[in-house]
Amino acid sequence: MNYHWNWRIFFEASPDGRGTYLDTLINGLGYTLVTALSAWVMALLIGSIIGVMRTTPNKWAVRFGNAYVELFRNIPLLVQMFLWFFVLPEFLPKAMGTAMKQMTPPWGSLVPAVLCLGFFTAARVAEQVRAGIQSLPRGQNMAGTALGLTVPQTYRYVLLPMAFRIILPPLTSEFMNIIKNSSVALTIGLVELTAAARSIQEFSFQVFEAFAAATIVYIVINVVVVLGMRFLEKRVQIPGFVGPSMNTGGH
Amino acid sequence: MLGQFDFNVIERSWVYLFREGMSFTLTLTALAMSGGIIFGTMLAMLRLSSIKPLAWVAGVYVNLMRSIPLVLVIFWFYFLVPYIGAYLIGSNQPIKVGAFYSSVITFTLFEAAYYCEIMRAGIQSVSRGQVSAGYALGLDYWQVMGKVVLPQAFRNMIPILLTQTIVLFQDTSLVYVLSITDFLGAASKVAGRDGRLVEMYLFAALVYFVICFAGSLLVKQLQKKVAIVR
Repeated sequence: MNYHWNWRIFFEASPDGRGTYLDTLINGLGYTLVTALSAWVMALLIGSIIGVMRTTPNKWAVRFGNAYVELFRNIPLLVQMFLWFFVLPEFLPKAMGTAMKQMTPPWGSLVPAVLCLGFFTAARVAEQVRAGIQSLPRGQNMAGTALGLTVPQTYRYVLLPMAFRIILPPLTSEFMNIIKNSSVALTIGLVELTAAARSIQEFSFQVFEAFAAATIVYIVINVVVVLGMRFLEKRVQIPGFVGPSMNTGGH
Repeated sequence: MLGQFDFNVIERSWVYLFREGMSFTLTLTALAMSGGIIFGTMLAMLRLSSIKPLAWVAGVYVNLMRSIPLVLVIFWFYFLVPYIGAYLIGSNQPIKVGAFYSSVITFTLFEAAYYCEIMRAGIQSVSRGQVSAGYALGLDYWQVMGKVVLPQAFRNMIPILLTQTIVLFQDTSLVYVLSITDFLGAASKVAGRDGRLVEMYLFAALVYFVICFAGSLLVKQLQKKVAIVR
């Protein structure tokens, strides 16, 4: 085969005039991490609220929670990305919409990407939180009530501490998913890791070196996240309780 | 507020959207599902095999596919398949592979990793005793797998396999990055041509939502039906 390998390409200057191709890749990694982490904070907050709503006795809260999850789960992430990027500014009050469209790079694509990934992943976190709470024995809730705790107190001191420990493994894979899914933001112009590899390929024609480098970085992130979460699991473990493992598939 | 929008653009383009776009999306989904389940089941059998190197290779493949984003996998295969093809037929020029075949290969190989994990759980859901009973009756590995374990594994996993297929159906929209005219690609072409991004993307979202939501309701129904009473 006549593919011309050139691994030193990463130390050559990139045409954007901001250093070498390696710098392009590191910049991309930075955007991947910033996007994924900010979206993850959003997803955890919103997802926990929606998940809790779905376990309360209030049927309107349950309906709202279910509708939220169904809405965000049944539209492809890429379409949601377009909705946040192209469609939302048109429905906002004129001044806000214009401001959103005129944001300078990278904010113009970073903000919609974070909002999109945050709301999308929140639906998946909500599903896990609900499953976690419902996997607890009914007696836990009753015991909370019998002790004179209010409903918020029961959730805060009895149900949620157990539920979050149980769902730590599926949350780990959701966290991995949000990192991988941040690559979809390249379609709205965010130069994250995959887009950085793509731009190296386009400028230097070294296809396989660029993609191999990105792949290795993703694998390293994966290993770090898995090890970190394993450490966290050990840290928060309560002796005597072993959470059931849950696997729900998806990406 | 809706006055500035022109929803007639949908009426003018829906034939194109469905005939060109949706038929591509559905064909790709169906092919990748069939190929993915077959290859995924083979991977699952390898991962559970007692021959360690085989189990290791399958494990590395599955974990690799599951740790990189689909967009990157799509790019990888788009550039890699022509070289692999050239290697297979002994040509020294990268062969031409159309966008369609490239995406079928990509999605089959990528989804196989996810189907593999589902089938692995399915195979493990069949009790060890049944395998031992099969061997005790004098069946060989293929007979035990083909006649005892896999039929039950499939039955147990049908709802999850179909849920994964709904995910696959949504994922096929990512062929957008190769400028292929799938359903979203068609919508985006019309949107760009007529300057009607809002209308077209809202319509695309609605169509995807209706199909996936109906699909997930069907899966729920099926789940009740196929549950084996134990």
